[in-house]
Amino acid sequence: MKILILGAGQVGSSAAEQLSREESNDVTVVDNRADILDELQDRLDIRTVCGHASHPDVIKKAGGEDSDIVIALTDSDETNMLACQIASTIFDINTKIARIRSAAYMHSKNLFTKDAIPVDVRLSPEKLVCEHIEQLIQYPGALQVLEFGNGQAKLVAAKVSHEGLLVGQKISALKEHIPNTEGRIAAIYRDGQPLLPDGDTIIRADDEVFFIAAKKDIRAFMTEMRKIESPVRRVLIAGGGHIGVRLASALEKTNQVKIIEHDPVRAKLISEKLDDSIVLVGDASDQELLSEEDVDNVDVFCSLTNSEEANILSAMLAKKMGAKKVISLLKRPSYADLVEAGTIDIAISPKEITISSLLAYIRGGDVVKVHSLRRGAAEAIEAIAHEEKGKSAVVGKTIDNINLPQGCSIITIVRGTEVIIAHHDTVIEKDDHVILFVTDKSKIADLEEIFRKA
Amino acid sequence: MSIQRIVGLLLMLFSTSMLTPIIVGAVYSDSTWQSFLFSFAITIIIGFVAWYPVKEIKKELKLRDGFMVVALFWVVLGSFGAIPFFYANETDMSITDSIFESISGLTTTGATVITGLDYLPKSILYYRQQLQWLGGMGIIVLAVAILPMLGVGGMQLYKAETPGPIKDNKLTPRITETAKALWYVYLSFTIICALSYYLAGMNAFDALSHSFSTVAIGGFSTHDTSIGYFDNNAIEIIAIIFMFIAGVNFSLHFFAWQNKNLTHYLQDHEFRTYFKIILILSIIVIALLYRFDNQNHQNFITGLFHAVSIATTTGFTTSDFATWPGALPILLILASFIGGSAGSTAGGIKVIRILLIYKQAVREIKRLVHPNAEIPVKVGREPVSNRVVDAVWGFFSIYLIVFAFMLLAMMITGLDHTTAFSAVAATINNLGPGLGEISSGFSNVPEGAKWIAIAGMLLGRLEIFTLLVLITPTFWRH
Repeated sequence: MKILILGAGQVGSSAAEQLSREESNDVTVVDNRADILDELQDRLDIRTVCGHASHPDVIKKAGGEDSDIVIALTDSDETNMLACQIASTIFDINTKIARIRSAAYMHSKNLFTKDAIPVDVRLSPEKLVCEHIEQLIQYPGALQVLEFGNGQAKLVAAKVSHEGLLVGQKISALKEHIPNTEGRIAAIYRDGQPLLPDGDTIIRADDEVFFIAAKKDIRAFMTEMRKIESPVRRVLIAGGGHIGVRLASALEKTNQVKIIEHDPVRAKLISEKLDDSIVLVGDASDQELLSEEDVDNVDVFCSLTNSEEANILSAMLAKKMGAKKVISLLKRPSYADLVEAGTIDIAISPKEITISSLLAYIRGGDVVKVHSLRRGAAEAIEAIAHEEKGKSAVVGKTIDNINLPQGCSIITIVRGTEVIIAHHDTVIEKDDHVILFVTDKSKIADLEEIFRKA
Repeated sequence: MSIQRIVGLLLMLFSTSMLTPIIVGAVYSDSTWQSFLFSFAITIIIGFVAWYPVKEIKKELKLRDGFMVVALFWVVLGSFGAIPFFYANETDMSITDSIFESISGLTTTGATVITGLDYLPKSILYYRQQLQWLGGMGIIVLAVAILPMLGVGGMQLYKAETPGPIKDNKLTPRITETAKALWYVYLSFTIICALSYYLAGMNAFDALSHSFSTVAIGGFSTHDTSIGYFDNNAIEIIAIIFMFIAGVNFSLHFFAWQNKNLTHYLQDHEFRTYFKIILILSIIVIALLYRFDNQNHQNFITGLFHAVSIATTTGFTTSDFATWPGALPILLILASFIGGSAGSTAGGIKVIRILLIYKQAVREIKRLVHPNAEIPVKVGREPVSNRVVDAVWGFFSIYLIVFAFMLLAMMITGLDHTTAFSAVAATINNLGPGLGEISSGFSNVPEGAKWIAIAGMLLGRLEIFTLLVLITPTFWRH
């Protein structure tokens, strides 16, 4: 597939890196900063073109005429939209994906249609991050929550604590602890290294466990890993930017939400927008303010300002002052590694979340969802098993008999409303949603091929 | 470790090139098959031994490793390529001579230590031409094209091997595809060239052999008197055309081929300069020949042929230009310093660098007149970053310094001024023929001078920095 990426910022560079790793993709990146492109070209097997992303001659030079997909990820919404328009009108590129931050564009009806601004897929990092945090708040104790099969099955990452019922026991003991549930442990990260678990693997405290289970069983599984946490009631958000406000308005009906914003003008504006949240004017790292607002009683503290350093510091302060769980928005993955080992419970990277959903669209076809797990060490993929004229590489076969590439394993199947945990003799049926775990990303293309033939 | 893996792999790949001369030998019933089979066996075994213990190590190549692999590979390859010369009874060559011949072939220099080419077995002659052909587009570029496992590392190798100051303009998003495209263009030119030679009157063997060394801008011939052996105007004109084409940046050929459109050439300023240089040089050479030398009635084609052959650093000859009158021999040798375009198979400093140096000089003059002016260096309408201009100056000065040191070293071995000067120029520019004692080859120069020449050819082919960076403390201090 010939892919044109406009904008070599954080998300653009990462997307180029991930996509060019798959052999079948030809990636071209356009940006107007030559130094960034040079650096990128040194690292990756891609073509780079220096120029303004929405100029027709630049797109032409970047091979616009025979590209299959254009992904507009520049800093400017307007450039992204215009680039998609040009890609469609002049170069007739099939799929157009754009990052659009501004809610004003996102909410207007009939704007992104074929004869107006033809953007097929609109990525809004703020919306994605917001949904991500909501999931985490819904399942206290989870580090990452991913949905599969229209939300019927969920993959949850959790850190094992000493209070977990399964600590020090073999995985096979799980069946005795919680009978009548369907779920399994898909992967374990111990000291940052992946571990392929089997029935005899013993769970230790501080392991990061990925398990997949039906929606209703998630809580039961969670108690096996750590002490059950009471549902979140009180949420304190630092930073009244787009993400903060969006999160507040999503949570304010069910939780008690406070939001801190340092700019009085902005604070006034958001207080008018929000109904039940309390808007506080002040600095999120002001100890006085935090203790006055009972930070020690807060269930979740989210620092969501634009400055990642400020996010780290205010989250650390809140944690020290007694907040039960702190979530911090970080742009750099290297920071995430640093702080997650220490005081901050969850680091959220908008880049990673955006890329996950971007990749899912690009891989398209019968692979409906691709999720990067925890800083991209592995991916979870959802694919639909189709059958055509009785021919298929997967339908009607037991899992043992499916010829999967190395580093891929089938973990769960969602059939209708049923979540089935895959065993070696499970037979795959037509229209099953198959959920796979992939540790070697270069194999994703092979995997797509298997399901495409299906 | 990953360096060892790649060098082993490349060596095994290279060993297969010793099998084709066996076929040629069989066709012409030579008795050389043993020495080629032996060389093949040694090369593939050593390659295998180097590769096997580390075959599982797949660390990505860094830019530093790229220099290492390329430099190491050219040196190693030059040595292994010498084995058939050394072992064949018919050639009777010392180790120095064998390595000289092999490196001269691979670097597309075309200087030879062999006299009596016409009496050598066809398989050996073919092997020499093939070395030039493999070295022309770059054997590592070939490896990148057919060994997909090099991955991103391929880019590092490609950058370290391809000539020219700006190496980031890939033709296609994937480096493997770029390398393939270059080799397809290269291969097509070779085929067309061989057919043209054949139609103009060469026999099949000579046509193929000369097409290899023409398109590679090599200069090896299967006859002592080079192209002059054929004494055929049509052949000379064909050679002129293909030498000229091979001295053009192959990216331009690729775009022309892809877009079925020739206007690319005229829009490219390096091409325009290259064309002008060759044109002016040819006019001067032809005019001087007409003025001072009336014995030869083919002055026009002879002049044009030598102007193109020497300026593109091919080194084919039809007459002994070292004996030409006046400034002509030195003029031609100096022209070889400019060489062909970046991204071509030619040697020399490259036209684009000369163009940038000229523009930089013009800028300095303008600055004297307008001290406060902001004057960018532009090629066509595209401004060139100061980083590139700096690199070009750095390259130019190191070229001159290396030249001066090699000139002195050559003279220490006992060569006279003219011979030493032309010997260094002939090797560092990958030209081939020289003046004075070496006008008919390097067979009579001292052993030491041959080794200096070998170093010069490698430095010239790898554009000095790739080799030089390896002997700097900065490279190793990590």
